[in-house]
Amino acid sequence: MRRIVFAVLSTITAVVLLFSYHTSTNSATLAGSPIPQLPASPGATSPAPSSKKSGAPTSQPSQASYTGATADTRWGPVQVKITVRGGRISASEAVQYPQNNGRDAQINGFALPILNQEVVQQQSASIDTVSGATVTSDGYLQSLQSAIDQAHL
Amino acid sequence: MRRRAWVRQIMGMPISIHVRGGDVDSPVVARGVEEAFDLVRQADRLFSTYRRDSEISRVRRGELDPGQADSLVQQVITLCHQAGELTGGAFTDQLPDDDGVLRLDPTGLVKGWAVDRAARRLADLAGTSYCLNAGGDVAVGGTAVEAGDGPGALWRVGIEDPRDRSRIAEVVELHHGAVATSGTAARGAHLYDPATGTFVQRAGSVTVIGPSLMWADVWATALFVGPASLSLLLSQVAEGYRVISL
Repeated sequence: MRRIVFAVLSTITAVVLLFSYHTSTNSATLAGSPIPQLPASPGATSPAPSSKKSGAPTSQPSQASYTGATADTRWGPVQVKITVRGGRISASEAVQYPQNNGRDAQINGFALPILNQEVVQQQSASIDTVSGATVTSDGYLQSLQSAIDQAHL
Repeated sequence: MRRRAWVRQIMGMPISIHVRGGDVDSPVVARGVEEAFDLVRQADRLFSTYRRDSEISRVRRGELDPGQADSLVQQVITLCHQAGELTGGAFTDQLPDDDGVLRLDPTGLVKGWAVDRAARRLADLAGTSYCLNAGGDVAVGGTAVEAGDGPGALWRVGIEDPRDRSRIAEVVELHHGAVATSGTAARGAHLYDPATGTFVQRAGSVTVIGPSLMWADVWATALFVGPASLSLLLSQVAEGYRVISL
């Protein structure tokens, strides 16, 4: 799945562009999703083959995943995928992040898991934005917010 | 409620603009948002200490007399002086450069100043409400999109817990105004205390909420590096600001 994401994204140069695809086995996911207006991007019309993500529930009728725009942070590009179920974020995952050296590994080992929690927490608390974010998390959160907004959550 | 977001990388940070309202897909809104970003880009061109050709860099090298600089540069320098006076010297535009020499560096004020200008442009967009987040500093406002400043015009700003960044420590709800946070949790000791001539190491953060992002940011920085008594000064010299210390 990740390889497919990158293959498609490599053809997309726009800064704010959403790539979406199914993660559930339900082919009616997008049509029946709570998100009425997906962007008319190449990615949006190129669903990847269905696959089950481990641990992700597939019985819900309205699950879809969205990958946000790549955000350039001081340490490199960061890109986030969110899973939406029933109109709420059920999971988030970094699909692209800096991992070139020990410093990157240190940053990611610390920041990314925390941010994964944070986005779910944000959603559950209905927070619109965050004050006090870092450069890395800025990129991360902006990327997420881009995805969230594109999904019209 | 229609909503839309734009994200641009300017001043070395991602800046997002979220707009809600009935007509967020209109060309008028798109143009207003781009013009708002342009105002921040303009500030970056004039004030970036990373750009050799910016007016601030030329002033710093002694190649440009501040009195001959762009009127916006003069305006910002004046505001920096005001900020220094209002905060009892806790805010300063004289920061050590790479060689430790104190030089004009209005960066700490320019970001908020530029975002306030961008926010005013967004406030002109009739029937919409906006949330502008510049690297963790937030300005919201706009005309109410529902009668009586309904929920569409309300923005919930989560304030990060500086000791456990997986948590949102507080939530501030705003229709209009700004939320600025200063602290070392994100970038380490980067806030300079002119009283001691050192970069402050302490943990925690200070968030200031008020009408202007520029002043909220100035005060958040001043309160973080300055003495505790400064918050009394804030209540005396500026109306409509409140502080959350974490």
